[in-house]
Amino acid sequence: MNLIKFLDEFSNENLVNGTSSRREIFGTFSSLGKKAALAAIPFGLSTFANKAQAQSMDNAVNALQLALTLEYLEDEFYDLALQSGVISDSNVETVYMQISQHEQAHVDFLIAGLEGAGVTPVEKPTFDFTAGGAFDPFNTSNPAAYAQLLALAQAFEDTGVRAYKGQASNLMGTDFLTPALQIHSVEARHASEIRRIRGLKGWITNAERGDGMPEATQAVYNGEDNITQGGVDVTSLGSGSPFGMEAATEAYDEILTGNEAVNIASLFIVS
Amino acid sequence: MDVFSRRYLYKLKNSTTMKKEVVRVQQVKPAKNRRQFIKMSGLALAGAGLIMACSDDDDGTMIDPNPEIFDLGSGDLGVLNYAYALEQLEADFYTRVVNNFYSGISSDEMTLFTDLYNHEVNHRDFFSAAISAAVGSNTEAKLPTLEFDYGDLDWNSRDQVIATAKVLEDTGVAAYNGAGYLISNPDYLVIAGKIVSVEARHAAAIRTLINPGSADFAGNDVVDGNGLDLAMAPSEIIAAVSDTGFITTPFTATQLP
Repeated sequence: MNLIKFLDEFSNENLVNGTSSRREIFGTFSSLGKKAALAAIPFGLSTFANKAQAQSMDNAVNALQLALTLEYLEDEFYDLALQSGVISDSNVETVYMQISQHEQAHVDFLIAGLEGAGVTPVEKPTFDFTAGGAFDPFNTSNPAAYAQLLALAQAFEDTGVRAYKGQASNLMGTDFLTPALQIHSVEARHASEIRRIRGLKGWITNAERGDGMPEATQAVYNGEDNITQGGVDVTSLGSGSPFGMEAATEAYDEILTGNEAVNIASLFIVS
Repeated sequence: MDVFSRRYLYKLKNSTTMKKEVVRVQQVKPAKNRRQFIKMSGLALAGAGLIMACSDDDDGTMIDPNPEIFDLGSGDLGVLNYAYALEQLEADFYTRVVNNFYSGISSDEMTLFTDLYNHEVNHRDFFSAAISAAVGSNTEAKLPTLEFDYGDLDWNSRDQVIATAKVLEDTGVAAYNGAGYLISNPDYLVIAGKIVSVEARHAAAIRTLINPGSADFAGNDVVDGNGLDLAMAPSEIIAAVSDTGFITTPFTATQLP
């Protein structure tokens, strides 16, 4: 499936008209991807009995295609970062290498899971990490390259956390939910580490992108200042600092909708 | 016991067996006091051998659930009570940390632990409010305020405090990851997701305090070859927490896998 076509479908919220027929998916859903089988994780959807469940299955597949798109983005970013020669700090290189391994594993895992479920994974897009010339993170002759390389990593990781969270409800009732949650918390570990390398807190305060983050990344942080959780204003629960605005927003990461995540990723996708 | 055993994958798939083990927890008796009870629970859950020994007891009075012991319940309420128990533990732990910072703490680490305290107290009080709203007048269905005892943990020791924080944060991540699929209300699922990623951010920060400049923030001890973090069944988490002896108020989870 062509990625741009997929993103268009996602952006149009045309989520139930996937290219794979339901019949095709039903027929192969019990088979496991190779990687998934090795991990002893039941990575596949259970049989769906009615139309509502079929629709939820389509939503789940679209959620995973979006996840794969974001993982392609991260995976290529860290590969290029490590190859660029821009990172001179060996500690930071160690961190990037660990993250790079995880993103590669996520790509492989999602591809195996989708294929195991009889779905054709989206193709890897062509990325432009300059975002049309705004950045030049892999160029050793760019004095800002290292700072940009860290800032982009932060933006991608914080996006990943919010995007997976936004797809959780689309994965409810499927065997994809638990592995997606397991990826989600790994992205959060990455985000915390990158943020702290950059001198920030590991968590997001209000809707602040943080010192040194380009304004173009603000979309990653919009909405993080939400204080209403399940109808409860979490600044009003008790007294003292745990319920101030900063702590109350830091204590909860917010979702990105599929469209919001697509819009952020699209800044770095050429085709 | 090894909190981070890979066996969780198989246990998650074998919930019937796990449920039976948990049922036996409330059958552990006689307990002279609550402290003793939770310690016995931890031991019983920690090893199948001990459970077998218990089952072979000659007195034949094992099936005698104690109605005084709170059970977390089933379904979404069971998961909310479960999360509330874990958040109570974390909040209590960090309350003690910030009220008696370890010797020689840096200002950066003071800020970090104050943040963790703030976040966990907020989480705890959120679950308290959410459960109260969910149970309405049926207040006995809400997990009570728990009591804690950290034994000989040295609060003045940076190493001990940070090592304990690491276990609590990694356990929180594994617990939420392993319980998400039990939630049927999508709003609760999303809130659990909002919280678990913050727990993971904490875990990474604590791990980097222990081993700066390393890959430990998302180390191979918690992230597997597929790039997946831990996910553990409630019964296994409760067994691990019971094993620490930190929670002195007894409770059971007979209706969670």
